[in-house]
Amino acid sequence: MTRTKRPVHKAFLSGNEALARGAWQAGLKVACAYPGTPSTEILEALATYPELDVQWSVNEKVAYEVAFAAAVGGVRSLFACKHVGLNVAMDPLMTSAYTGVNAGFVIVVCDDPGMHSSQNEQDTRWVSLYAKLPMLEPANPGEALAFVGEAFALSERFDTPVIVRMTTRISHGKEDVVIGERDEVTTLALEKDFRKYVMVPGNARGRHEVLEKRLVRLKALAEKTRLNRIEEGTRSLGFITSSVTYQYVKECYPDASFLKLGMSYPFCDEKIRAFAKSVRRCVVVEELDPFLEEHIKTLGVRFAAKDPSWRLGELGPDAIGPIVRGEQRKVRQTKSRPPRLCPGCPHWATFSVLKKLGVFVAGDIGCYTLGALPPTSALHSCLCMGAGVTFNEGLRRAHPDGPIVGVVGDSTFVHSGVTGLISAAYNKSRGVIFILDNRTTAMTGGQNHPATGLTIRDEPTRELDLAALCRACGADHVDVIDPTGNLKAFEALVVERLGADALSVIIAKHPCKLIKRKL
Amino acid sequence: MNIETCNVVLGGIGGQGILKASEICGWAALYEGYHVKKSEVHGMAQRGGSVESHLRFGQRVFSPLVNRGGADFLLCFHEEEHSRLKPYLRKGGRDLLRYLDAARKLVVQEPRALNTAMVGVLSRELPIGEAAWEKALETVFPPKFLSFNRGVFFEARTMER
Repeated sequence: MTRTKRPVHKAFLSGNEALARGAWQAGLKVACAYPGTPSTEILEALATYPELDVQWSVNEKVAYEVAFAAAVGGVRSLFACKHVGLNVAMDPLMTSAYTGVNAGFVIVVCDDPGMHSSQNEQDTRWVSLYAKLPMLEPANPGEALAFVGEAFALSERFDTPVIVRMTTRISHGKEDVVIGERDEVTTLALEKDFRKYVMVPGNARGRHEVLEKRLVRLKALAEKTRLNRIEEGTRSLGFITSSVTYQYVKECYPDASFLKLGMSYPFCDEKIRAFAKSVRRCVVVEELDPFLEEHIKTLGVRFAAKDPSWRLGELGPDAIGPIVRGEQRKVRQTKSRPPRLCPGCPHWATFSVLKKLGVFVAGDIGCYTLGALPPTSALHSCLCMGAGVTFNEGLRRAHPDGPIVGVVGDSTFVHSGVTGLISAAYNKSRGVIFILDNRTTAMTGGQNHPATGLTIRDEPTRELDLAALCRACGADHVDVIDPTGNLKAFEALVVERLGADALSVIIAKHPCKLIKRKL
Repeated sequence: MNIETCNVVLGGIGGQGILKASEICGWAALYEGYHVKKSEVHGMAQRGGSVESHLRFGQRVFSPLVNRGGADFLLCFHEEEHSRLKPYLRKGGRDLLRYLDAARKLVVQEPRALNTAMVGVLSRELPIGEAAWEKALETVFPPKFLSFNRGVFFEARTMER
């Protein structure tokens, strides 16, 4: 038999770029996200394909809903976020599992084991179990490209959103990847289907039943799919593993047998049982939570799993030997240089004044979180996006006249600070909220947002007027000032507003040094 | 460990162009025909904190990270980061720290090109031909910065050992 060889095109792509390429090849039309490390480059890569409709949404809930509705409307669509971003989108996610899709819809979540740039290291695999959605886990950029195509096909075949879970090492690792061409997919009709898309209790009960039946069918698929691959090696040692952990284990034990799970939910119980019985010693190796371990315990097979101390932090090739030997995790003390605000960052000025005044500064997520570290040490709380505004109110509920202020970034304010400000004004809260307006989403590398007046492709668009918005929310005073201009005048304004019995917003406006260079 | 795999660890602090340096090396390895994996972390770490990038290439590479004691080459861009990175180097591995000063002198007019100079130093140690390096530089640098960086690269490549 002769085969015509098709030319193979290779590219050197990160996991995020490869995933974007795979989605483009799969006929993707619409993609939405809010920036978040390590997921940001997915949308940035998608924006380079001119035929795609790609947007930075104001937050993950909005992004999820817009992308999901596009799929209901009949085009393949994608939503991308980091693990904590998914929390913001959980409301639409949980019920979209009931309605199902029309055209394919893929949720890409990038977890951050080791918290390289995150406030927690939650393990998104539990979301698939909780929401009853299938989850695929690529183990490298090449699989990210391939699996996203599989995810679209599964989504349409089973009428369900599909989660693709990445981790920092896959998103930000690069390798040579074989790339292909785009499959054009035709737009499906938008249908009025009252029982499927109107989630009132009477309909949702019916859809819950559909969801449970779908899960049974997906379970059957999990047993057969080549995404869950057995690699036969020595009979004396076998590993059940997934994601980038597979690469570490394979590097350390190249001759062992493997059950490599590409579809980590629903579980392939029969395959797991058969594999565990086929080897003399079976070891489950997974990063973060005991997601596989706890399920496999219910299957009545003998296996070993990592010591619970390994549930913390990122794994790597050095971790595998100790895990297999049943040892505990040893925390290595390495002196890593902490990040800090860049030289010339406009936040230095704001924090220098706040530090001098000795106030409690409620903060949240952005470059300005670095204000908590020396030498400024002038930020005293960071929980989640938008909490700079709401913490100011809550702390003042405990200490009504306390020396307390809130700080929030421009992008973060639009993401979820604005709701807190409306609520604060409505509930007669007082105090000063600083919007540290550096004209970009700085920490994730400088992405546009509504108040920059530019789209993801740097095209001009309607610019959100932050000062007018704050006035409309009900702030008594709204001042716009450049903190780096006249520091004395800035300090005088802050002192005056702090002394007033009012709800004030000070927009400290000065562009980030890094975007200036970019422009 | 796969004996044919070449392991390089690059490190320094945010803003030194370490990710770009490993990007050049990654492309060069790719153009030479190797399977390549490169791993690093973006985001908070880039705000002046410690930065490291791992590069592995060979016939078949699994782990994107280098073992401690597994690096064939260590390319350190900052003296203060050296003690943190040193444990990656294998016994008999090459530590290129001693070229850091000479590389700095080479780019004294344009310190931002230190990364290109250090890649030039590393390039003569790796099993990658000059044509692949040429192509990698063309891939990574935009046209207006290419000739300057090519100059720095080759000056460093031919630097006295």
